[in-house]
Amino acid sequence: MGRKILLEKINVEGINTYDVYRKEGGYEAVEKALKKMTPDEVVEEVKKSGLRGRGGAGFPAGMKWSFIAKPEGVPRYLLCNADESEPGTFKDRYLMEKNPHLLIEGMILSSYALGCNTSYIYIRGEFMWILRILEKAIAEAYSNGWLGKNIKGSGFNLDLYVTPGAGAYICGEETALIESLEGKRGNPRMKPPFPAVKGLWQCPSVVNNVETLASVVSIINNGGDEYAKIGIGRSTGTKLISACGNITKPGVYEIELGLSVEEFLYSDEYCGGIKGGKRLKACVPGGSSVPILPHYLVTKTAAGEQRLMSYESLADGGFATGSMLGSGGFIVFDEDQCIVRNTWNFTRFYHHESCGQCSPCREGTGWMEKVLHRIENGHGHMHDIDLLWDVQRKIEGNTICPLGDAAAWPVAAAIRHFREEFEWHINEPIKCLEKNYGLVKEPELAV
Amino acid sequence: MHNMETTESNIQFKPETLKEIDRIIKQFPEGKQKSAILRILHMAQEEFGNWLSVDVMDYVSRLLHIQPIEVYEVASFYSMYNLNPVGKVVIEFCHTGPCCLVGAEKILKHIETTLNIKPGETTSDGMFTLKAAECLGACGYGPMLQIGETFYENLTEEKVDNLLLTFRTMHS
Ligand SMILES: Cc1cc2nc3c(=O)[nH]c(=O)nc-3n(C[C@H](O)[C@H](O)[C@H](O)COP(=O)(O)O)c2cc1C
Ligand code: SF4
Ligand code: FES
Repeated sequence: MGRKILLEKINVEGINTYDVYRKEGGYEAVEKALKKMTPDEVVEEVKKSGLRGRGGAGFPAGMKWSFIAKPEGVPRYLLCNADESEPGTFKDRYLMEKNPHLLIEGMILSSYALGCNTSYIYIRGEFMWILRILEKAIAEAYSNGWLGKNIKGSGFNLDLYVTPGAGAYICGEETALIESLEGKRGNPRMKPPFPAVKGLWQCPSVVNNVETLASVVSIINNGGDEYAKIGIGRSTGTKLISACGNITKPGVYEIELGLSVEEFLYSDEYCGGIKGGKRLKACVPGGSSVPILPHYLVTKTAAGEQRLMSYESLADGGFATGSMLGSGGFIVFDEDQCIVRNTWNFTRFYHHESCGQCSPCREGTGWMEKVLHRIENGHGHMHDIDLLWDVQRKIEGNTICPLGDAAAWPVAAAIRHFREEFEWHINEPIKCLEKNYGLVKEPELAV
Repeated sequence: MHNMETTESNIQFKPETLKEIDRIIKQFPEGKQKSAILRILHMAQEEFGNWLSVDVMDYVSRLLHIQPIEVYEVASFYSMYNLNPVGKVVIEFCHTGPCCLVGAEKILKHIETTLNIKPGETTSDGMFTLKAAECLGACGYGPMLQIGETFYENLTEEKVDNLLLTFRTMHS
């Protein structure tokens, strides 16, 4: 059994209520921090823990916090990113729904560390019922003196609010989130200035994912050093993985970073293997934006080593033979799935979600969608594959925000590993409508 | 598009909604009341028939002391807002990759055939509007759809049939 931190109490009856959460040791980290620690000491513990952002990019949380500008007399804001819209990702929802006080406690600690007196949770509009769960828990926290003025006599004030989006994946990007929170369209901002200097209402702001903030609670309770002992190398701690697709047991799992992909995918404690005893075709291990891995690169790296669920191991081999841990959205494809169709579907998603500010992203995603659609439907030409490659390459790195890259990478990886399946669609325009290609061959290793 | 005659219309939130709006505006600093717009538009949609008419958007702009264009801009950007009349029941059906791996396309076809509409359309009796939605954060429990604030997950054709029947009975 792997170590549980975030989901340790998830099945305790009534953990979503204040009384039970408190009885189970809830808010002790806040008590400890406010009584015995300075804000800088809280930041120090988070730095020591090695905690990395759980929203996708994996940037060290303590370091991000230390960048926040502190001009005299200007408020600072902590913004919790609960937009959770990356296809394959549904972990934050689970945590907020089942244990809302854990996020609230993490936000009090983090706001204290950063010197914020007002903080917001920005939650995707479709999760309105979770917004209500959070508001209820926040009200309980206020009435028990954990929020508001002079929290537990410490002199620290904090107001915490939840505010909804309204259906826009791009609002998960931190500067788009800020624009949206200001009541505008979710158009990402040019950086610099970074949010740490000019964020919400041009004030210094930090944006962190739900899971990142919730992880701070155990770091303060047990110390950063203890947290750093969990996991492997620079992938410290535990990570929530939302597993979906063609597996026996889809769901949200907490793993110790460093668990082998093989155990995660095939053991009964986690995914329970491919559904219906079918063969594995491919896996997108970190949400739709990260490169897809063909079956022979999922459980081992190109060098033949065991692939682990960690930032480093999933990225081993770079984009040539690796992928990314990303948001932890683990999407599994069985042998009956069509890679071209899925790539088209993902590209349609990015085209739909592009905010339209940069032409490479706005036009490129639409163009790729169109080309993929014709290949999938048996109308493709061989040069379409090169065209796709060319378009994705011209999007990557040429846009205001990383959505452009996120749209380009899945196309690049699909062509890189599944070119023969694309070619088959073009050579077999009738057959490709009736059946799927099956598994791709593992390339001979050049010795 | 803007009808001058209707700006003085008698659109008005219920008193309890206005109180709630007051509470929400206070969550933001003085002068930053515009931040409440997304939530208020959700409430407007709920109270004024599932969509945002120009009159409703103008009303919201007056409540927030901002220009009407600032409301139109926002309302047209986010996919949850309907800018045209919709049915009594709006079905948001997820058709993104992970849900398709577990059979979403087949269920969507089934809904299309049963209701005889395509995504983006409303049944002739004005009962159902079908919208194809992008990933709703329920990928492990697909196929799935959302109606109002509720997610219906792990759908089968049978479950969908029962669901449609329940809503039809509830609204007729
Ligand atoms: C298009 C796009 C969508 C994103 N969506 C999310 C999201 O839904 N949730 C999230 O936490 N981060 C999302 N991110 C990452 C955020 O921009 C940001 O890096 C993150 O919230 C920082 O928090 P962390 O350091 O705690 O991970 C997204 C980024 C991009 C470019
Ligand atoms: S990359 Fe795409 S989503 Fe990001 S700012 Fe440019 S157009 Fe908008
Ligand atoms: S893909 Fe359907 S909910 Fe995520």
